[in-house]
Amino acid sequence: MGSSDMSAGVMEQRKKIHPHKFTLWVGIGSLLMMFAGLTSAYIVKRNQANWQTFELPQFFWYSTIAILLSSGTIYLAQKAFKQREMKKYRSLVVATLVLGVLFIVFQVFGFQQFWKNGLPLGENVSTDFLYVIVGLHGAHVAGGLIVLIILFAKAFNTRTRTYNSIPVELASTYWHFVDVLWIYLLIFLMMIR
Amino acid sequence: MSSAATLQHADVHGSHDAHHEHHHHETFITKYVFSQDHKMIAKQFLVTGIIWAIIGGLFSVVFRLQLGYPESTFPWLEDLLGHWAAGGKLKPEFYYALVTMHGTILVFFVLTAGLSGTFANFLIPLQIGARDMASPMLNMLSYWFFFLASTIMFASLFVQTGPASGGWTIYPPLSALGDASSGSKIGMDLWLVSMAMFIVSSLLGGLNYITTILNMRTKGMSMTRLPLTIWALFFTAVLGVLSFPVLLSGAILLLFDRNLGTSFYLSDIVIAGKILPNEGGSAILFQHLFWFLGHPEVYIILLPAMGMSSEIISVNSRKPIFGYMAMVGSVFAIAILAFLVWAHHMFVTGLNPFLGSVFVLLTLLIAVPSAIKVFNWLTTLWRANIRFTPGMLFAIGFVSLFISGGLTGIFLGNSALDLHLHDTYFVVAHFHIVMGVASFFGMFAGVYHWFPKMFGRYLNNTMAFIHFWVTIVGAYLIFWPMHYQGLSGMPRRYYDFSGWSSFNMFNGLNEFISLVAMIVFAVQLLFVFNFFYSMFKGRKVTDSNPWGSNTLEWTTPINPGHGNWPGEIPEVHRGAYDYAKDGKEFIPQNVPVGDDESKAH
Repeated sequence: MGSSDMSAGVMEQRKKIHPHKFTLWVGIGSLLMMFAGLTSAYIVKRNQANWQTFELPQFFWYSTIAILLSSGTIYLAQKAFKQREMKKYRSLVVATLVLGVLFIVFQVFGFQQFWKNGLPLGENVSTDFLYVIVGLHGAHVAGGLIVLIILFAKAFNTRTRTYNSIPVELASTYWHFVDVLWIYLLIFLMMIR
Repeated sequence: MSSAATLQHADVHGSHDAHHEHHHHETFITKYVFSQDHKMIAKQFLVTGIIWAIIGGLFSVVFRLQLGYPESTFPWLEDLLGHWAAGGKLKPEFYYALVTMHGTILVFFVLTAGLSGTFANFLIPLQIGARDMASPMLNMLSYWFFFLASTIMFASLFVQTGPASGGWTIYPPLSALGDASSGSKIGMDLWLVSMAMFIVSSLLGGLNYITTILNMRTKGMSMTRLPLTIWALFFTAVLGVLSFPVLLSGAILLLFDRNLGTSFYLSDIVIAGKILPNEGGSAILFQHLFWFLGHPEVYIILLPAMGMSSEIISVNSRKPIFGYMAMVGSVFAIAILAFLVWAHHMFVTGLNPFLGSVFVLLTLLIAVPSAIKVFNWLTTLWRANIRFTPGMLFAIGFVSLFISGGLTGIFLGNSALDLHLHDTYFVVAHFHIVMGVASFFGMFAGVYHWFPKMFGRYLNNTMAFIHFWVTIVGAYLIFWPMHYQGLSGMPRRYYDFSGWSSFNMFNGLNEFISLVAMIVFAVQLLFVFNFFYSMFKGRKVTDSNPWGSNTLEWTTPINPGHGNWPGEIPEVHRGAYDYAKDGKEFIPQNVPVGDDESKAH
């Protein structure tokens, strides 16, 4: 594949930020627009007559704690990677992975709580929005988990040693993004419901 | 696949010099199919776009047949389309499917992917002086997602209940309820899946274009030295990256409504005598989400054509583009305004009149940057030493169409007039001229101008001139009369007007329009022939800079390999428009500023 050649070509040019990192930031802007579209639709619906208020399930608080902690662990993992402390790095990646899975499990429990309280999907528009918005965020966390699994596999593959920190930094930035996005969504849903 | 195969020969000839520099042990698969070379990906986009354009154009010919000859039957149509044209007459359901697919194919698959996919891929690395895109891998994925979207959309043409038929805007409830029409069934599902793939493709592309332009310019290539093509492609990518996700969120809600029983867009609906339980939804909500993409989308289509025309007009006028910074500023202004005018598609939805007037104001503001661009093109042409190459003719044709179509935009942007003209042929005429045909002209201009760089050969000029003159005259003959039809109230999307005595006066005109449409379509096939013929048999390019152009793509070898420049990437010392300066015809961007060179132009 020409890509390794090409990135060498990239290096010879002047650069402030690595192109892949920049691409990720633009991509994050794009994802934000998708959620902005959904939350705007939510606000429009909120102002119509037949809106029903709802209580956020308790499990969302547990998941918030999980994802906040995972942001911390991935930050430390990145730091460990840069200092070549590979053992520490590996365990921190595993910790992030576990916390990420916990987050998704708690979200699912939260939805089950909804379901039991007589608000399944299709019952009323207010909570249907919640299913879509929170579900879509969950899908993005799941995407992040796939990336973490790849990092995890790479970290334990001793045959190829790479000290290129870009993939780790990219994963970490993305992970912080889904974390911040969740905090934003949580505050949004608490304020406007 | 066949596209890649046909491209094989084109590069084999005369590209050996470039190949010595870059040996990746390329196989047929990595070079022509899963290529990561931006130039090959561009050609893949272009050829796929051409195939779609033939299909989409053919659809318009078939439904024009119905509109022009509503009383006649065509037995061969039944042979071709089976039960959709039983007795040689199109079924109304299939007419709607054709109209819907014509719009979808041309707006998304041809003028978005085929136009900006081709030229952003081809020109960005070459004109900014980069060896490839920031991420060649994502770039390859972008094409293959487009290919996947194409395959799914193509498959939807052959399902038993027919492709989607609710219009390219897929408004609910027609698109949300499978029972609403035959095209709302599996055809609609395939449409949504295909468009989701398409959105992924255009996002991956857009991310790459933006990063590459901001991050990978060669030494000396400051933003203000960029050719206008790159500026236009940059803002196109920004528009796409910010607006397509909103369409995706609208489509996700639609998928939930279709398949999971939610009511985001549905309320109080009775279908075939059955009352649906859906309550509390709003169909208008979809229109807001759709047009928040939909309006930027028309600029996604138009801006690349503007950028390429600017470049081609300047090169072939042998004069610097008039008002470079004003051109950049006006593209920027158009990009901003594109996000603030979506509700002018919704004046008749019961929009608050005060809100409507805000959107009228913002819409009419677009006339300002548009007029700046038009006058700059005209002043570039003014007293120039014009070379009427086929590319130049199409670029001038673009300006002509942009003026004619833009002026009717001022009519439609006024809500008071729009109430009368909404959903009439006036709208059809307006957007076909200003967005459809004009952008096609930009695309043709680009193909004629950069074909020598793409394939190392020229297109045939005689065929090109026939193509140009028939197309420009034909386009005006088709769409100009539609303004009159629209003003007298003739609604769009109708299958048959013969039941209304007030529209009988247009019977002859409809027939005339259909006839011209067929001729224009036939001439497009001539272009397609010219394209593929010249790829193998065209006159070979012998001069690495055949148009005497300043931009960097002409500093590469005639058939550049992967990596574009065999040696060092050239350094840039000046802007892209130093034509007719200090008595020199042109001074390429990589030529250092001489000691005695005058400062101003």
